Amino acid sequence: MKNNFPVFISRICLLLGSWFCISSAYAESRINMPQGVTPMSHDIYALHMMIFWICVSIGVLVFSVLIYSLIKFRKSKGAVPADFHEHTVVEITWAVIPFLILVAMAIPATKVLMRMDNTDDADVTIKIVGYQWKWKYEYLDQGISYFSNLSTPVSQLNNQAPKNEWYLLEVDRPLVVPIHQKIRFLVTANDVIHSWWVPALGIKRDAIPGYIHESWARIEKTGTYRGQCAELCGVNHGFMPIVVEAVTPEAFAAWVQQQTAGKTSLPPDIKKEKSQAELLKQGETLYTTHCAICHKPEGTGMPPAFPALKGSVIATGPVKNHIAMVLNGKPGTAMQAFKEQLSDEDIAAIVTYERHAWGNDDTPRYGKEAGGTVQAAQVASQRAESTHEKLN
Amino acid sequence: MSTAVNDVHEHEHEHPEGFWGVLGRWLFTTNHKDIGTLYLWLSFIMFFVGGAMALVIRAELFQPGARIVSPEFFNQMTTLHGLIMVFGVVMPAMVGLANWQIPMMIGAPDMALPRLNNWSFWILPFAFSLLMSTFFMSGPAPDFGWTFYAPLSTTYGPKSTDFMIFSIHLMGLSSIMGAINVIATIFNMRAPGMTLMKMPIFVWSWLVTAFLLLGVMPVLAGAVTMMLADRHFGTSFFNAAGGGDPILFQHVFWFFGHPEVYILIMPAFGVISEVVSTFSRKKIFGYRFMIYAIVAIALLSFIVWAHHMFTAGIPLVTELFFMYATMLVAVPTGVKVFNWVATIFKGSISFEAPMLFAIAFLFLFTMGGFSGLMLSIVPADYQYQDTYFVVAHFHYVLIPGSIFAIMAAIYYWLPKWTGHMYNETMAKWHFWLTVISINITFFPMHFLGLAGMPRRIPDYALQFTDFNRIATIGAFIFGFSQLLFLINVVRTVRGHGPRVGAKVWEGAHGLEWTLPSPPPYHSFTVPPEIKN
Amino acid sequence: MIKRFFSKKHLPVTLLVIALAMFGFGFALVPLYTLVCKTTGINGKTAGPSILGEPAEIDTSRWVTIQFLATNNANLDWKFYPETITLKLHPGENKLIYYYAENLSGQGMTVQAIPSVTPGLAAKHIKKTECFCFTQQTFKAGEKRHMPILFHVDNSLPKNINTFTLSYTLFNADKYKKSNRTLGRP
Repeated sequence: MKNNFPVFISRICLLLGSWFCISSAYAESRINMPQGVTPMSHDIYALHMMIFWICVSIGVLVFSVLIYSLIKFRKSKGAVPADFHEHTVVEITWAVIPFLILVAMAIPATKVLMRMDNTDDADVTIKIVGYQWKWKYEYLDQGISYFSNLSTPVSQLNNQAPKNEWYLLEVDRPLVVPIHQKIRFLVTANDVIHSWWVPALGIKRDAIPGYIHESWARIEKTGTYRGQCAELCGVNHGFMPIVVEAVTPEAFAAWVQQQTAGKTSLPPDIKKEKSQAELLKQGETLYTTHCAICHKPEGTGMPPAFPALKGSVIATGPVKNHIAMVLNGKPGTAMQAFKEQLSDEDIAAIVTYERHAWGNDDTPRYGKEAGGTVQAAQVASQRAESTHEKLN
Repeated sequence: MSTAVNDVHEHEHEHPEGFWGVLGRWLFTTNHKDIGTLYLWLSFIMFFVGGAMALVIRAELFQPGARIVSPEFFNQMTTLHGLIMVFGVVMPAMVGLANWQIPMMIGAPDMALPRLNNWSFWILPFAFSLLMSTFFMSGPAPDFGWTFYAPLSTTYGPKSTDFMIFSIHLMGLSSIMGAINVIATIFNMRAPGMTLMKMPIFVWSWLVTAFLLLGVMPVLAGAVTMMLADRHFGTSFFNAAGGGDPILFQHVFWFFGHPEVYILIMPAFGVISEVVSTFSRKKIFGYRFMIYAIVAIALLSFIVWAHHMFTAGIPLVTELFFMYATMLVAVPTGVKVFNWVATIFKGSISFEAPMLFAIAFLFLFTMGGFSGLMLSIVPADYQYQDTYFVVAHFHYVLIPGSIFAIMAAIYYWLPKWTGHMYNETMAKWHFWLTVISINITFFPMHFLGLAGMPRRIPDYALQFTDFNRIATIGAFIFGFSQLLFLINVVRTVRGHGPRVGAKVWEGAHGLEWTLPSPPPYHSFTVPPEIKN
Repeated sequence: MIKRFFSKKHLPVTLLVIALAMFGFGFALVPLYTLVCKTTGINGKTAGPSILGEPAEIDTSRWVTIQFLATNNANLDWKFYPETITLKLHPGENKLIYYYAENLSGQGMTVQAIPSVTPGLAAKHIKKTECFCFTQQTFKAGEKRHMPILFHVDNSLPKNINTFTLSYTLFNADKYKKSNRTLGRP
């Protein structure tokens, strides 16, 4: 047995070696840190590679001595143990040399860190708020603000549809930023601690409720850069990606124009009635984006935290309660108020969809309140009413 | 493990028989060997429990998409896996080794405070029952990671969090009592002539560990007490609404947490020092410096905690301080590695199972050290923090570090404890399967982290699929290989395998090898004579 | 003396005392941390009220830009925003700005606004004479108020900081109710 082991080891080494060759044949970004598109990310990458190679060289050195000793001084080859066991000069030497190497590493690291601590004036300031489980972006000077949700359809999460290229890394509304301008990110959170991480920008900043922290970027080329929440923030921590769309300053200006114009233009005609089929179709899409992560596409939810909608009292009872629930949420639970996020039309569509999906419109079973069609006007009036009620 | 203890050599101690007799014996035992055995078996059981959770995690991550468990349950798995592996596996195993070995290595009959010893063990089964009971409660088990950051664990924590808090209180109590016992034993029970600077390195490493435990376990108890108060008594230590600060929680937690990880690795340093010296047939190189290094690491561990929080928005000067302090840890750690290599150099090396694990420790722990050094660099840490790179790093230092050292220790001392040799072939199979699968599991995680995969996610983007698959395969091989270890230990304990003499290993020296195998119930009733 | 504590007899008790002391130290970290934060401003929290004394010397050679932010915690159903979004001022100059707050939640509520400044090092250079964040604010259902902040930036603000952000996060403080002092005009 004993003599077989060297052979065994060499085989294993061969196996591992060939595996590393295969893996290095992958695109670089799959096994290493991306070089990124900001001065910060370049600095970080350079630093990372430098430390990596220093570690590799120390490793090669130490491991060679170790491997040499293990082969050379085997008892089975008749090695006789030497008697030395102390040498103060040697000890001090191999404490001092690593210390010097560390100093050599600390100097560039300190420089980079000081460069990162940049307080120059910014061209664009964006406030980022982490929510369970989505991001909100507010452009301070432009007055634009919106939520950014995961847009991967739940059918893909549940393996009922083939997964597309950016599975779990796609959102309904990306963060749009200009290139070549200094963007200042102000990061905070609404509930628990999140962390806004986009590797290509070299930014990871914890979003902490009650506290504001900042980071910055000056992006060099246009493109789409993706990232994820990096701090465990609850059930759907893995489902709140970040997509940054870097565009030219001109395109950015145009985008801002479009966003602000959209806001001041006349509100969509809420008086226009929609057909049930239209509402259902629109509702299904919206349900998938905003509701399905917790309540599940099958409406089964994840009780007890996220109740089922299938056959639920709210979704089959009076329409009014159902709309109120979506508008105002349920305090003290994960069910939040959607009135800031969704338009009357959207809520109308979602409620209509929920009242028909999964057999919720089965009137013989659930009573005559079940089913029904909700129009935007009804939501609008209830929205106004609820505000009014509270005021009195 | 000590059923063998009572079949020979023992005439003065009649062990009671029958179910109640046996139960009573183990329940009320104050013997350091019995208690050591209990600790080790508890650790072994929890190793499989925590390991099963790890396999659930890896099975879910075998491919993208929701597959086996819900994200909710996934989070519970990552949380409990972490808590159990840290508090239920590595710490009890180390305490078990301390119980068995320290009295024998310093020439004492038993531990200094035997009743306290009984208590500190028997608290633990209750602590873990409490922790595991959270799975059977309505509402989720703790699901916020083993670091239980506020406010996710306070304002937003499930009801079961309170059970976790009490469970941690109990574990802390047990550790503190254990630490007091170890220090008292080492200070008061050494045989005449066994000066501090003659003590085996394992004993030294445990002395330092015990002081670390004494210094930080109470702080953890304080942290969870504050959590409890925030949850139920209207205080706001960690809630900004009442003037608190969630970052404060991280400071308090990591003030405990960083020394804690050294608590997990220090005794391992001790074990490796003993094993490397024995199988190189050479005295440990630089005994004094090895001890200085342990003390230096312990002291440094108190001033590096904020390196877990570089992305939490602490200011430049603070980040620089913690970066430099963290980098400094590499110096004494380096000294230790160099000294082990120097011990092997020009030795006369043989490759029994304990030595194989020790050698794997030298290679793989050093690699974990390198990734630790990389993580200490603040700007680079902005990219590494909370990714699989970190997961790879701490599994490299904890499995080939602490766990391999524990396995080395078991193979090394099991023949002493039982009087029987373990099965070397099976042990070699166990070693090779373990060491290969550990690398298959955790090496690809470096790539995953660098390429952008955050930790603690139940599902991932398609680009991460390949490495996750490889990791899962490795994890399953690793998990099932441990059954070989279990079988081997059980066989040896039950008296299979050839009998061994007092000095089991040719190159071993130290007081424990002067005792017969298995050693008498009370190790040294007459203080031994200490030579040189 | 010290030897006695570590004598065979007393050692376990000494160790127990050390453990208890460390338990206390865990709690002592709270005021310790607050103190460190107050003196260095490392967590970006601003200080409590400062007395409006002699008008500070106004450094007209320098402009500082302050951005004001408002965040509602835990989806708080309130309207809460700064009535001034950015402000340019000279260090030393006293300024008064307002935040608007309206309780839409349908019930009376006590809130606490938590200030936070970034870059954190600017925090201790904001001297607030009056601020709605000093105390809890109790609002009736539907009540609205314009809440003031009277402040100046002191001259010692580090030279490299030209812009900083003052953010307020509004928390429901019903659980921590202390006083009923109100501030601001309807």
